[in-house]
Amino acid sequence: MEVFLQQLINGITLGSIYGLIAIGYTMVFGIIGMVNFAHGDVFMVAAFVALVAFLILTTWLGVSSIAVALFIVLIVAMLFTSLVNWIIERLAYRPLRGSFRLAPLISAIGMSIFLSNFVQVSQGPRNKAIPPMVQGEFVLFTQNDYAVTLSFKQLIIWGVTAVLLVCFWYLVAKTRLGRAQRACEQDQKMAALVGVNVDQTISMTFVIAAALAAVAGTMYLMYYGVVSFSDGFVPGVKAFTAAVLGGIGSLPGAVIGGLLIGLIETMWSAYFSIDYKDVAAFSVLAITLIFLPQGLFGRPDVEKV
Amino acid sequence: MADGVEKVRIDTAGALRDAAITALLAFGLFLPLIGFQTVTNIRNELVLTTRWPLLFSIVAIVGVARLAYSFFFAPWLAQRRLRPVAVTPPAWRGFVGKWFVPFAIGFVIVYPAIVIASLGFGGALKWVDNFGIQILIYVMLGWGLNIVVGLAGLLDLGYVAFYAVGAYAYALLAKEFGFSFWILLPLAGVMSSFWGILLGFPVLRLRGDYLAIVTLAFGEIIRIVLVNWVDLTNGYAGISGIPRPSFFGIPFNADDDGFAATFGLAFSPIYRTIFLYYLILALAFLTAFVTVRLRRLPVGRAWEALREDEIACRSLGINTTNTKLTAFGMGAMFAGFAGSFFAARQGFISPESFTFLESATILSIVVLGGMGSQIGVAIAAIVMIGGTEIMRELDFLKQIFGESFDPTQYRMLLFGFAMVIIMVLRPRGLVSTRDPSVFLKERKAISADLVKEGHG
Amino acid sequence: MTIAGDILLRVEHLTMRFGGLVAVDDLSFEARQGEITALIGPNGAGKTTVFNCITGFYKPSEGRIGLCHGDAAIWSELDALTESGQRGISRPDGGLYLLERMPDYLVTQQARVARTFQNIRLFPGMTVLENLLVAQHNSLMLASGYTLLGIFGFPSYRRAERASIEKARDWLNRVGLIHRADDPAGDLPYGDQRRLEIARAMCTNPVLLCLDEPAAGLNPRESAQLNELLLSIGNENGISILLIEHDMSVVMEISDHVIVLDYGVKISDGAPDEVRNDPKVIAAYLGVPDDEVEKVEAEVGL
Repeated sequence: MEVFLQQLINGITLGSIYGLIAIGYTMVFGIIGMVNFAHGDVFMVAAFVALVAFLILTTWLGVSSIAVALFIVLIVAMLFTSLVNWIIERLAYRPLRGSFRLAPLISAIGMSIFLSNFVQVSQGPRNKAIPPMVQGEFVLFTQNDYAVTLSFKQLIIWGVTAVLLVCFWYLVAKTRLGRAQRACEQDQKMAALVGVNVDQTISMTFVIAAALAAVAGTMYLMYYGVVSFSDGFVPGVKAFTAAVLGGIGSLPGAVIGGLLIGLIETMWSAYFSIDYKDVAAFSVLAITLIFLPQGLFGRPDVEKV
Repeated sequence: MADGVEKVRIDTAGALRDAAITALLAFGLFLPLIGFQTVTNIRNELVLTTRWPLLFSIVAIVGVARLAYSFFFAPWLAQRRLRPVAVTPPAWRGFVGKWFVPFAIGFVIVYPAIVIASLGFGGALKWVDNFGIQILIYVMLGWGLNIVVGLAGLLDLGYVAFYAVGAYAYALLAKEFGFSFWILLPLAGVMSSFWGILLGFPVLRLRGDYLAIVTLAFGEIIRIVLVNWVDLTNGYAGISGIPRPSFFGIPFNADDDGFAATFGLAFSPIYRTIFLYYLILALAFLTAFVTVRLRRLPVGRAWEALREDEIACRSLGINTTNTKLTAFGMGAMFAGFAGSFFAARQGFISPESFTFLESATILSIVVLGGMGSQIGVAIAAIVMIGGTEIMRELDFLKQIFGESFDPTQYRMLLFGFAMVIIMVLRPRGLVSTRDPSVFLKERKAISADLVKEGHG
Repeated sequence: MTIAGDILLRVEHLTMRFGGLVAVDDLSFEARQGEITALIGPNGAGKTTVFNCITGFYKPSEGRIGLCHGDAAIWSELDALTESGQRGISRPDGGLYLLERMPDYLVTQQARVARTFQNIRLFPGMTVLENLLVAQHNSLMLASGYTLLGIFGFPSYRRAERASIEKARDWLNRVGLIHRADDPAGDLPYGDQRRLEIARAMCTNPVLLCLDEPAAGLNPRESAQLNELLLSIGNENGISILLIEHDMSVVMEISDHVIVLDYGVKISDGAPDEVRNDPKVIAAYLGVPDDEVEKVEAEVGL
């Protein structure tokens, strides 16, 4: 029971990070029907930007308050990552819009290879470890000498994710941009005819996706305290799995899918085999798609004859 | 512009403004990761160093490039657009089209001889091995995947799994039971094909990107199993000492009964390399030949019809599940052949060789080449694999950028970049027309705009 | 042994529900050997849904769809077949199939029902000839020994392929597309695409041809050509046609039997002239203002 509770806490934390990345996949897929393969690497780039910002703040500027540092790091990472994704969309995906379906996918795979190798070349291939940013934990209760703990950094991840999801929900549900996005999802030509700036809306989608990935990247860096150029792929694929599990195109689905994947992974590690935790996540994906192809919250795909 | 000869005007102020904006964006883009570098200092702490000169030179290069684009490339593009499109293609095109394939086949057959004649035994080894065999493996894999993606229109992102099955099947069976390469080659193909059908069966009713992601998941699952099932696969450490193929029973070694001694030649490692070269060439030709044949058979036409319109296929009485499975199984079989060749050539395999990056590389070769086109796939393999291999040879760059400059570091960076650029410039790939499988009077190439890419 | 006028297709109590929506409600009708049966009705009446049920693309919620090959005497075994749980029976003198039990491709392959689509579904990137060869997939597959004989270039396969090219050539001549044989199907003008789709369906060697709005988008001249083609398919090849159509000039001129659907319910069934003058049909097509509904219904006897 105590192991279960501890893993529940860990799983929700991991799941929050996956959920934030998954929203980026699901939004981009929803609006231009493309699997943005480079999104996992955008997340990794965000973690590196956060790393650089953190080092500037702590070692050069001597910011001692962790709360202030973390806040600034978050903002800086969001800004730069958004810029990166905006430029990527302009250069690698926009020229391919409306062409052959596989072309943007291949372009995105190329971009993914480019980004991870760019970071490898510019920052070096070694793992980058930083001293723990946030320490301390609440001991919830102890049973059979096993302390179930909720660390401060987990709490921060939960809090930041929750706040951002509320902001994000407001953005999509209540603002002009959100309406434009939903219109473009339904029918881009029609949206353009009624005066929606489709290009700009798609650009903004990439910017928002990147900002959320940047939050995930910063949280990842804070949680694990280490990042490397190759850290984009596996979280990226798992977040995509989460998006598919939740029903691709569905925003609540992405978050819940993320949490589920996080929980499956931590539970599997605790009770079965840590080596095969990725197999568990991928098997869940395959099984979901075979038996419930539209995911948990997706609209069923009715075959039109 | 009515007469089509008026010079395109260049807006100097606009060009300068664009260049400034681009440079500014580049500054923002590269500031965090090029302007600063995280390095581990002597006390094992992570600290920052700055690289302002590098950052500013990159920003300057980007700005100047944008300026050059506005002044030279954009007017050239506009001029070209104004020029009337030639109605009939120039005569040399037809000539090249007719003779290209026979010439290319002839060239790859005599390639080792050309290399040896010009570089001698020592120098030729690398060129036959890295540029010949390495590229041909990818040509073969590309042709194999082309059946699945290019003809049947099924997006498979886990193709490398079947390559791995072939390689491990050969490695384990050859080490354990001592079977020869020629027995294990078809066996590896059959096993890969079996896995292809087994994995394909539940997932082939999924469509489009869902199929892509499930195949990716299966590819990863197989890799993770290879890493973790240490008793069978020896995990990350891999399997070494895999028996090498022999020349119909004569081993390639320095012994008295070795290949060189048997034929009265001085021993050299290049004989084995040349043998392997012709082996993979024959396997690649087999793949191409079978594919060409299959395209003209009902099963091949059904694959292409499936790519064009699955519902119409069903209305014509075609069992689409079986048709997809044959495509999947056939593609997997060739991956299995290539995998067992790979294991025999390397003598060592580990899960490192079967990552998602490999699947992505093979898929990109198929798409960059032009889906369905065998010549296109071969050219793409030569460009992409040959291009990255040639990065290893650019030692002269050290004289320009200093001794610490290592061009091989940039291989995959440029590989990814090239994928993006080729897609942006030629979204339908290098060879984008479809060759009909049968004709009544005249064979006409079909424009890519009409050919569908499949939804599965 | 087929006799014109025998029942070929028998649809009984066919009901198709999508969630709460009842698209087809307890529909029963028959189509006869060698006849052209038209299924008409206003937009959204459920005509295409009926087609999709007959051709196996949808599984009906309820009902039975029987199809007979050859001697009509085999209909007497319909109930026994339904009880047995099998999809159909096939004997040298004829066959009987329950289409609602068959997956779409078997409806074409075994029960030999071919269809076209409302929004044309050709293989646009393949040539006209290739389109017609794909339609002969099953017979060619058999001839190629499920690919094994074909891959080694056995002469028996080459003969079979030549025969299917001949068959395709015949059909191309009949629909007037022989000069376009080597062009991609996607390049043809709309009317030609419609005719090619019919030729392609005919290449599957059907006993029943289901056409979903074959005249949609055709100009009057093309529409007249289509009438001729459909009549010749019926007369020369003895093939029965089931037709969904909005173009009344086509329906009234060529069909032997018309069934009218409205909101998934059959409202009229009979010869073209009877249907044309049926007040219920007129009301369904022209519509009446809401306040006159009761009056009109009283008049037409509802």
